[in-house]
Amino acid sequence: MTAMTASTSAPEAGGVKETPVFYVADEHEHGEGGSTQLGFWLYLMSDCLIFAVLFATYGVLGGNFAAGPSPKDLFDLPLVAVNTSMLLFSSITYGFAVLEMQKNRKQGMLMWLAITMMFGAAFIGIELFEFTHMILEGATPQRSAFLSSFFTLVGTHGLHVTFGIIWMITLMVQVMKFGLNEPNKRRILCLSMFWHFLDVVWIGVFTFVYLMGVLR
Amino acid sequence: MFENFDLQKAIFGRLTLESIPYHEPILVVTFIVVAIGGAAVLGAITYFRLWGYLWREWFTSVDHKRIGVMYIVLGLVMLLRGFADAIMMRAQQAIAFNGNEGYLPAHHFDQIFTAHGVIMIFFVAMPLVTGLMNYVVPLQIGARDVAFPFLNNFSFWMTVSGAILVMASLFVGEFARTGWLAYPPLSNYAYSPDVGVDYYIWALQIAGVGTLLSGVNLIATIVKMRCPGMSMMKMPVFTWTALCTNVLIVAAFPVLTGVLALLSLDRYVGTNFFTNDFGGNPMMYVNLIWIWGHPEVYILVLPVFGVFSEVTATFSGKRLFGYTSMVYATVCITILSYLVWLHHFFTMGSGASVNSFFGITTMIISIPTGAKLFNWLFTMYRGRIRFELPMMWTVAFMLTFVIGGMTGVLLAVPPADFVLHNSLFLIAHFHNVIIGGVVFGCFAGIAYWFPKVTGFKLDPFWGKMSFWFWVSGFYLAFMPLYVLGLMGVTRRLRVFDDPSLQIYFVVAAFGAFLIALGIGSFLIQIVVSIKNREKLRDVTGDPWNARTLEWSTSSPPPVYNFAFTPVVYDHDAWWDMKEHGYKRPMGGFKPIHMPRNTGAGVILAGLSFITGFALIWYIWWLAVLGFVSLLATAIGHTFNYNRSFNIPTQEIVETERERTQLLQSAGA
Repeated sequence: MTAMTASTSAPEAGGVKETPVFYVADEHEHGEGGSTQLGFWLYLMSDCLIFAVLFATYGVLGGNFAAGPSPKDLFDLPLVAVNTSMLLFSSITYGFAVLEMQKNRKQGMLMWLAITMMFGAAFIGIELFEFTHMILEGATPQRSAFLSSFFTLVGTHGLHVTFGIIWMITLMVQVMKFGLNEPNKRRILCLSMFWHFLDVVWIGVFTFVYLMGVLR
Repeated sequence: MFENFDLQKAIFGRLTLESIPYHEPILVVTFIVVAIGGAAVLGAITYFRLWGYLWREWFTSVDHKRIGVMYIVLGLVMLLRGFADAIMMRAQQAIAFNGNEGYLPAHHFDQIFTAHGVIMIFFVAMPLVTGLMNYVVPLQIGARDVAFPFLNNFSFWMTVSGAILVMASLFVGEFARTGWLAYPPLSNYAYSPDVGVDYYIWALQIAGVGTLLSGVNLIATIVKMRCPGMSMMKMPVFTWTALCTNVLIVAAFPVLTGVLALLSLDRYVGTNFFTNDFGGNPMMYVNLIWIWGHPEVYILVLPVFGVFSEVTATFSGKRLFGYTSMVYATVCITILSYLVWLHHFFTMGSGASVNSFFGITTMIISIPTGAKLFNWLFTMYRGRIRFELPMMWTVAFMLTFVIGGMTGVLLAVPPADFVLHNSLFLIAHFHNVIIGGVVFGCFAGIAYWFPKVTGFKLDPFWGKMSFWFWVSGFYLAFMPLYVLGLMGVTRRLRVFDDPSLQIYFVVAAFGAFLIALGIGSFLIQIVVSIKNREKLRDVTGDPWNARTLEWSTSSPPPVYNFAFTPVVYDHDAWWDMKEHGYKRPMGGFKPIHMPRNTGAGVILAGLSFITGFALIWYIWWLAVLGFVSLLATAIGHTFNYNRSFNIPTQEIVETERERTQLLQSAGA
């Protein structure tokens, strides 16, 4: 909310009826994008609900193997651990990029973004490898409700990361072209929230799907 | 590989000439009527050279007021389509007795009841309510636009895109034959292999993006852009209900997106979420879709509760009774609406304890709703009530909605629901609350804010005609359905065996005919009002002696809404200003920063339509092309940093001077 300016006064002080000022006479320019952070948060929460639907579906259908393979037969935990570390590292490097941005160091920021992107791409690469491997073994999304919900949950997360990478490339081009101006900084912070959000979701996937799947 | 290559399939997917239903006379006639009507409208626009004007001033506009008006126009146009479906069903059911098959084949009848539900909820009620919120909320909080003006335009066009997809299904292919929520396994590929369910899915997905984004937009607007002094508990009640509704939108629509995505995976990829074999579970779909679906009915009804609050206070000449309790009731309903979804399928067999939990939460909702009703009644008590059109709708609402609410509590009792589930009693109940609540509320809102939008009031005579036709038509159309439902008649039946039931259906059909007259009168009212606009003119900007900020500016408001941002000390801010002898500022204007119009929203929505259409018809190359261009256009749009401009002081001085002259000429 905008701050009240000096020209406003309280309506009625004491007994004397004084006409209050009903408008801001001396208005200051409001910068654009004041609501962007809030708006993006709201979007992220809505996205979080899509993941909630997918987690719930996995929770309900995840045990329905239909006499097909179960998590124990399929999941390769060391590989998933490597994959997880890729994503966690990418969150740290994104943090470094934001630190550089706040010091207005364009080159440093671009470098850290590039490294983040590499980690993200590695994550996607390993995930695709894992998926191909499973599909070649006959564990396709069509095989059972468990596999349907597994591929959809993990795949939706992967799709998000892929879009994050596309977004990152776009932003890097924009920063190179237009510099670290206000809109670009705002966008980098939005992508930062998005990226960390995907990390949090992945921790849920890793725990709930992979670790507990192997324990079950 | 190439000997199996089918060129036609590669280019057109499963779209063939046979997909055009030229062998169904009803559809051919409809198509001819729509084509002639459409050609007349398009021809008129071309003849009067309005394309440029429409494109520059409306289609690409990021002004929340214009977008609000366009939403309402969309809602009214789609109301005609949704109502055409309704009256066809009523006619069919009134004659299909004693071996008479009626005039609608099963294949067509099933599409009609599906389309009726989908259109009325998603493309009539939602646009009307969203349109009112879009127009009124920024004005009520003293803001100049919404938080994300471009997003607002984009949201609107995505809704239009979804609506056009539904309309296209009428003439190219067919619509779903599954009922408006498309329950699997019926809606799955095994039982509905044709394009109907795919039209349903993609129309809702595309429109859903628009709805979700407009929800985010309005929350950010209300939270961040209120004028100085307007704390949360000084917001007008309509703004409060709009806030709660948009919270519901953001919290509910992703679930719809998610569950429809799973259904489309089942249909397109062959996964097993909701199938009968390989571990799929159709009840999972039913649960998920109602986790969206129940909040959805509150998404529709909360804003109109806000409308009624504004109308009751204004036309009773009193401050709203129990403002605080009204706000808390709204918030309670918002939260409770998430805890009742299972009452839509008590018969699923989830056991006594689960059913009683959801039965009790459902009954509890009637408490805050009842509190609201008493607040309205106490506002009227000892008020100087003026029975103008908006107030008439409000009184009709209070009577009608109470009946609908009570039958709702009846249905909330699980043992009663086991008898009444899927019966016409249920149909009567939800039409009772949706027509008696949402539709009456939208008409009240339109009649109330019409002078704000246009600068002249609606014609009262035709408004009253419309009112009486609607209200009496509603009772005649739906009270017989309560009786039929209690006698055990289930919904979605095309023919009947028991001739003693026919009279009820004939009465219901007559009621629907009266509603048709009501809709007709409403359209005549608009035409007559535009014709007599000079007589109905209001230059004060405050024709009803109203209470909230939107009435403090001119009608229609200038692009920038307020030359100076208002400062608020009390709720009913405009009333407070009038009480304290507020004087309009005449000088000291400064340039105002406003967002620039853009065509990106129309283009993105158009590409979404193409992508959706291609996915429905399995035209894969076009789907890929459409999606890639969608992405490219969206990215391209982010390269445009020059999105706003300043309205020069001179222009503001001119606009404000014109208003001063108008006010003086009116002697105000």
